[in-house]
Amino acid sequence: MSVAPALKTTPTPGGSTLPESTTQHGNKAHTDGRFGYVPVQTRSDRFKSVNVADFDAVTGREAVWKLSPVAKFTDLTAGELDGAVYPISSEPVDGVTVDWVDRTDARIGTAGTPEERAAANAWSTFEKALAITVSGEEAKEITVTRAELGTGARAAHVIIEAKPFSQATVILQNNGDARLSENVEIILGESSNLTVVSVQEWNSGAVHLTNHFASVGKDARLKHVVVSLGGSIVRVNPSVRLAGSGSDTLLLGLYFADAGQHLEQQVYVFHDAPHSRSRVTYKGALQGQDARTVWIGDVLIGNKAAGTDSYEQNRNLVLSEGTRADSIPNLEIETGDIVGAGHASATGRFDDEQLFYLQSRGITEEEARRLVVRGFLTEVIQQIGSPALETRLQDAIEAELLSSDSLPAAVTPAVEAR
Amino acid sequence: MSVLEIKDLHVSVQTDQGVKQILRGVNLTINEGEIHAIMGPNGSGKSTLAYTIAGHPKYHVESGSILLDGAEVLTMTVDQRARAGLFLAMQYPVEIPGVTVTNFLRTAKTAIDGEAPAIRTWIKDVRGAMTNLRMDKSFAERNVNEGFSGGEKKRNEILQLELLKPKFAILDETDSGLDVDALKIVSEGVNRAKENTGLGLLLITHYTRILRYIHPDFVHVFVNGRIAEQGGPELADRLEDEGYDRFLVPEIVN
Repeated sequence: MSVAPALKTTPTPGGSTLPESTTQHGNKAHTDGRFGYVPVQTRSDRFKSVNVADFDAVTGREAVWKLSPVAKFTDLTAGELDGAVYPISSEPVDGVTVDWVDRTDARIGTAGTPEERAAANAWSTFEKALAITVSGEEAKEITVTRAELGTGARAAHVIIEAKPFSQATVILQNNGDARLSENVEIILGESSNLTVVSVQEWNSGAVHLTNHFASVGKDARLKHVVVSLGGSIVRVNPSVRLAGSGSDTLLLGLYFADAGQHLEQQVYVFHDAPHSRSRVTYKGALQGQDARTVWIGDVLIGNKAAGTDSYEQNRNLVLSEGTRADSIPNLEIETGDIVGAGHASATGRFDDEQLFYLQSRGITEEEARRLVVRGFLTEVIQQIGSPALETRLQDAIEAELLSSDSLPAAVTPAVEAR
Repeated sequence: MSVLEIKDLHVSVQTDQGVKQILRGVNLTINEGEIHAIMGPNGSGKSTLAYTIAGHPKYHVESGSILLDGAEVLTMTVDQRARAGLFLAMQYPVEIPGVTVTNFLRTAKTAIDGEAPAIRTWIKDVRGAMTNLRMDKSFAERNVNEGFSGGEKKRNEILQLELLKPKFAILDETDSGLDVDALKIVSEGVNRAKENTGLGLLLITHYTRILRYIHPDFVHVFVNGRIAEQGGPELADRLEDEGYDRFLVPEIVN
């Protein structure tokens, strides 16, 4: 890669925009004058490396970091990480193996490569990877819980592999303290059907930066769900390459940011094979002073991806003053021969007509607001497909809503009151 | 014997062009068990009357009064009005994503009655009402109005009417967008509700079609924000033949 990231520019006092000089490996400034500067044109052209030394120190101006509070986790981007094995817990399930594998495992590096420094730092440091391997055509579900990561800066690497024609739901349940940078590789063999749910219910001080790289084989189907409720800074970036013809992915996200919480997700779907299909739906609620969410949704329909069908959407429900939601959908299309491609984004307060409808049936305003928020987020939960987890998440949302004494009064409907 | 009285009601809305006067002195009394049809051309203020009774915050009451058994409705919140016994079947029912019909109905019934319904009889009541309205069982687990056809939304409104058992119901253009079969099913539901609970009905419609299935005791012609003429069912027949043209010359209106 010989081009600088698009956002490495600095406005000059004269008003023109100059490229910032860079020493990034293989990324030298052009010598033919500033007019030769070309930003990254295509999402797939971003600089990638598994080696942390290949990345410049993080400034917060990089495309991948510009909306993140980078000063709050320099230990993860620039510090030394503990790459040792950590405690996990899971019940045995037929057709699923859970074990620790060496860095030399052939699967490592097959699903993706870091595009930023924290991910490369983790990749450079982890000692063993946690491998969850699924085989067998019968449906099954496994939950792997991590709750004892501690407060030291840590690196992790996870492999989730679905063998050809296999089927399973894999839930990564995250609790407790953490300062964690990790990479998760999700590999779907031909015609496999895999659901991966990553649930972040960390303690309130936790920082978790994770990149999920998925490679979806021929006729395989990946359902990927991100649920971020607890933690101080939680950044889950799923990146899915639809690599085989007829591959299909449904990417769902659900997040609820309280006061001071930063919940971020940068979603990237790369249609790299014909007749691939993707649907992305992320929904979030924000409540309390400095509750912050970021959603960036990139879809790239490559020139090999004829017959692609793609749609992504992000919805945010703002429940109080003092919050900020960034929502940035991007769509790149390199072939015109597609079935459909679209995106949508909306961030707003309560729909007053919904409240009126519920209240006109005798339901109090407070209860109506709860129903609307619960319903808004439930729409995602309903699609997970794991009844036990769905019930548990409903309860978790309920607890978030009940803990919020600001909810009933904080938002004045944007309609004329009598 | 319940009574709903609307007295000299003046209502305006805020528009980009400023305040717009819509209702200009509406007087109407509905007794329990009576069916009143309000008919009128588009833009005459029929729906404004319906939403004002229900308490939609968009409509500003300038003067007048709405009394339910002597109690002032205008000072009640939207949900208080519903709990007092008023019901509005909406022309465009709103989708509530993520809230199932079952959950919604139970929540509303609990709110209206002040206590949760006995589970066994409630399930039986819901199933029975849905069967009567030819609603498939699967409706119960669908999200409220989400992906419903126009006819399904109207049936869902009448389902609520039958289950929540209000004293007075306002039906805002419930007939619009219905084919003849759906119109019959919906009308049967309304007639059944009236037979079972003896509620009073305010039927707002542009067309006389629904009046073949729900027979009004009184017909009011609504023009330019007030009642221009009233009479018995024969007035509807006359409107069917003549339309609203004779009311539309401003000088003739009162």
